[in-house]
Amino acid sequence: MNRKRASIEIEGIVQGVGFRPFVYRLAGRFGLSGWVRNTGRGVQIEAEGGGEELDAFCQALKNEAPPLAVISAFRVVPAIPQGGTGFTIEQSAKVKSGGQVSPDCEVCDDCLAEMSDPANRRYRYPFINCTNCGPRYSIITGIPYDRPATTMASFPMCPECLAEYHDPMNRRFHAQPNACPVCGPQLSLCDAAGTPVAGDPLDETLAALAAGKIVAVKGVGGYHLAVDALNEEAVARLRQRKKRDEKPFALLATDLDAVRRLVHCSELEGRLLTGVERPIVLMRKLEGNPVSPQVAPRNGWFGIMLPGNPLQHLLIQGCAGPLVMTSGNLSDEPIAHLDQDALERLASIADLFLTHNREIHTRTDDSVLRLSLGEPLFFRRSRGYVPRSVMLQQAEANVLAVGAELKGTICLTRDGRGYLSQHIGDLKNASTLQSLEETVAHLGRLLEVTPEVVVHDLHPDYLSTGFAEKLDLPRLGVQHHHAHLASCMAENHLEGELIGVILDGTGYGEDGAIWGGEFLLGGYESFERRGHFKYLRLPGGDAAVKEPFRMALSTLYDCFGAGLFQKMPAHLPELSAMERSLFLKMLERGINSPLTSSCGRLFDAVAALVGVRNRISYEGQAAIELEAQAEGGRAVWSYPFLVSDAPCHQVDFAPMIAALVADVAAGLDRSELARAFHRTVAEAVVEVCSRIRRESCRDRVVLSGGVFQNRLLTEETATLLNQAGFTTYCHRLVPPNDGGIALGQAAIAARRWRPDPPEAA
Amino acid sequence: MNNDLILLGHGSGGKLSHQLLDDLIIAKLSRTPVRGQNDAALVELAGAKLAFTTDSYVVDPIFFPGGNIGDLAVNGTVNDLAMMGACPRFLSVGLILEEGFSKAELAAILDSMAAAAESAGVSIVTGDTKVVPKGKGDRIFINTSGIGVIEHTLTIDGASAQPGDQVLVNGSIGDHGIAVLSAREGLEIDSGIVTDSAALNGLVQELLALGESLHVLRDPTRGGVATTLKEIAAQSEVNIVLDEESLPINLGVKGVCSILGLDPLYVANEGKLLAIVAPERAGEALEIMRRHPLGKDAAVIGEVTGTADGRVQMRTSVGGLRGVEMLAGEQLPRIC
Ligand SMILES: [Fe+3]
Ligand SMILES: [Mg+2]
Ligand SMILES: [Zn+2]
Ligand SMILES: [Zn+2]
Repeated sequence: MNRKRASIEIEGIVQGVGFRPFVYRLAGRFGLSGWVRNTGRGVQIEAEGGGEELDAFCQALKNEAPPLAVISAFRVVPAIPQGGTGFTIEQSAKVKSGGQVSPDCEVCDDCLAEMSDPANRRYRYPFINCTNCGPRYSIITGIPYDRPATTMASFPMCPECLAEYHDPMNRRFHAQPNACPVCGPQLSLCDAAGTPVAGDPLDETLAALAAGKIVAVKGVGGYHLAVDALNEEAVARLRQRKKRDEKPFALLATDLDAVRRLVHCSELEGRLLTGVERPIVLMRKLEGNPVSPQVAPRNGWFGIMLPGNPLQHLLIQGCAGPLVMTSGNLSDEPIAHLDQDALERLASIADLFLTHNREIHTRTDDSVLRLSLGEPLFFRRSRGYVPRSVMLQQAEANVLAVGAELKGTICLTRDGRGYLSQHIGDLKNASTLQSLEETVAHLGRLLEVTPEVVVHDLHPDYLSTGFAEKLDLPRLGVQHHHAHLASCMAENHLEGELIGVILDGTGYGEDGAIWGGEFLLGGYESFERRGHFKYLRLPGGDAAVKEPFRMALSTLYDCFGAGLFQKMPAHLPELSAMERSLFLKMLERGINSPLTSSCGRLFDAVAALVGVRNRISYEGQAAIELEAQAEGGRAVWSYPFLVSDAPCHQVDFAPMIAALVADVAAGLDRSELARAFHRTVAEAVVEVCSRIRRESCRDRVVLSGGVFQNRLLTEETATLLNQAGFTTYCHRLVPPNDGGIALGQAAIAARRWRPDPPEAA
Repeated sequence: MNNDLILLGHGSGGKLSHQLLDDLIIAKLSRTPVRGQNDAALVELAGAKLAFTTDSYVVDPIFFPGGNIGDLAVNGTVNDLAMMGACPRFLSVGLILEEGFSKAELAAILDSMAAAAESAGVSIVTGDTKVVPKGKGDRIFINTSGIGVIEHTLTIDGASAQPGDQVLVNGSIGDHGIAVLSAREGLEIDSGIVTDSAALNGLVQELLALGESLHVLRDPTRGGVATTLKEIAAQSEVNIVLDEESLPINLGVKGVCSILGLDPLYVANEGKLLAIVAPERAGEALEIMRRHPLGKDAAVIGEVTGTADGRVQMRTSVGGLRGVEMLAGEQLPRIC
């Protein structure tokens, strides 16, 4: 046979995106030998085998690359064949052991085949795994990554499993969580009082689900609540028991065919769904789908995942249709992951608990993303992706970044890489703060990092700031939107100075106001605020975030002064004389009404003005529903706005509000108004960026901030910017929302932090 | 923000105030180690145990529904003494007047000071008056200092809360702050919210009957109940869990707070005390309060849970637990 060998160098975003396992599998498919390893610039591969196979391998490397990967350079150089068998993932010399902790990984095809083979000793065994698949990050308690340092420590292997474990030719050679029905973890089923239920746990669970019961299911990273998604009454009961929550529920579907009966699913969305990370992917609902409307009310999208762990496979195979699989928590609380805690907290929601005796060490929520501009856009980056790292240039210092407050994550840096933690949750909750402390300690242990400096938000009342203050470390405060900018720069490997368009909910500004519609010029080291949305009052502070109609009043006051109530669209809440006078006084005198330039609040105001929503029950709801409205609109027009002169361009949307209110009064379709509003914001962004470009000669733009979870706005803005000659960068590895803040903080601190020079001896 | 300057937030009673106190004021002035921070100092003089305190009043506006800066200045200092279980006896009054201030208003303020002192049973025995040029003050600032006698042998101290203890308040919270705010901002509220400003020494004398079971007394003034409980939790190294539904809040205050987006837990009071009492006598404490004219709406609002790091949480009406934190700065500026 004509053997050939090639040395392949790939640059771009190819680290921390599952690229090496992908190469490994591909080499297996084409029967190639060789190795793959990370380098300072990307990935290097040496592969050897048949000439045709080698060519096909190179094609597939480009065509089938993991959805999160971006290949910027691809070089193939022929090499001298060396023979040899097997393909290996080589450790990069620089990376210490801890850096090699993998994310939790979907069950592989080999294990799946064994699990469905009645003759196999692991037939229907929900804890089957091998070196290529299974739980990792969620069960690891320390390093080195060996069985005693996992929650499998309490399950001594039986002779058969042990033989596999020690056999270099076996798929389970050194598979730390290796187990079988004889020696490994077991399923159990109990009722809400903790009383065991007789019979086979799986069969009983399937029967209960078919009967419309709510079952708490212990997964890889925490408990889910499962219910038959086709059973309207059962879904309604789950919604009611979870309390005052209109948040969409995620679905678990059998396979891609099943998914395509529920939503429009493109080829790329299919690849994301079937990726080893098994995220929840948001896709547009199909008209006439059979799922209960209670699953995602007033929302054009379903969040769907495919089974990722063996138990989910067994469950969904036994069900007639899709299952609701929502996180096991009361609204706002973190997802339950410890058995006793789950039983206590979920007893009022679940009828049954399908659990097992393998402990979850680290809580990891499901990751959530959707496609935007043909690329993945994270809402939440957690299970499956953590603890993959992001390469940070010139990052020498070991930094701990503690993030913001909502959607908390932390980030540690080591060896020039940023390790962003799993989603920790809303830190207003006391138990979440504890979870932050644990994550800092645990991730630090796994990475063998002792931080030299802690970096935090400037907001004095964030619990993460308070946490940072209590540590015995030098501190660095980073402005919220600067961190957003740096986060987007870091994941796109950008250097130098550029324009950051940060459209966000709320972030503490350097002037003490609440920022959130920001045009920054700068880089990692520093920034200048070159533009922002005009300040408006936020009447009632946090109350205005929960009640978007308050922001509507604020924009009306900005346009019409004391005459605002005459201009109020009919669908705003009716206000008593006292309420009117109080709201007017608040706006006139600024009583508990801080100034804000927030773009998220502008979305809230417009959502209320066009009649989408006056009050919300989950964060971002008004903006999400406004986007859904706009998706149905066709308007190609936009509203007027004003931009003030340099040095700091203020965008005044008062002309837009006045016109919008007139259109509402004229009875125009709200979808069209919502659409035109999106376009107006996009045009305002381009206008301000163009002015900053004239003044600074910078033409690269990064888009960040929670508002860029909005697909329509992101696409319109990026398209218009690119048409205007800008080069636009979006998030694709970490969320644009506050879940990505810690990475930006870390990237900034890694550049800025200079330890005091050692004292001269 | 400039770290070298005093901010308004340094006077809010929140985190910034504590930092200023610890890092600068106590560090520079205190020659004896400070054990905790209570409302008044305990001193011994010629064999007598005394409580000694001082407080300055800069409230804007100076007249508000139910009271004015004068009775506030008397009641506030009386209450600081009472919170040590002391029997308030003598007050001093320092007046800083702005050039051009109305004599009639001054007379009205002095009248209400005299009346407040009379009803609290204290004597105003010394004082001082200064006038500053127009624009260098804000009409009138008042400082009062007070001395009280301690006749009991109990340790009533912010550091004495113990796991299991019950947390009581003698009535509705937030009235003072909202009354002052509505007067200052000219809010047209028809719900008759007036300050709760009152001298609590009478009520405290009756609570002393609880003996050793009375662990902590504190008046939740600036920063409200939330800030005061955070201080106690930190001083005693305990955790406290509040029950949202049991908090006594007047309907009017609740309504105004919800429109303004204010949390009544952080709004100031001037006639309220928090009592932390051993569980076996909490019922009795509640009865004592409810029998007293200043305690008709008293309630048990929470419990001290295990010893730990000074966490305060609130069990919300939907069943979750929300962390109660000390704010960095103010929720309302200059309310007492
Ligand atoms: Fe943000
Ligand atoms: Mg005082
Ligand atoms: Zn496997
Ligand atoms: Zn076994």
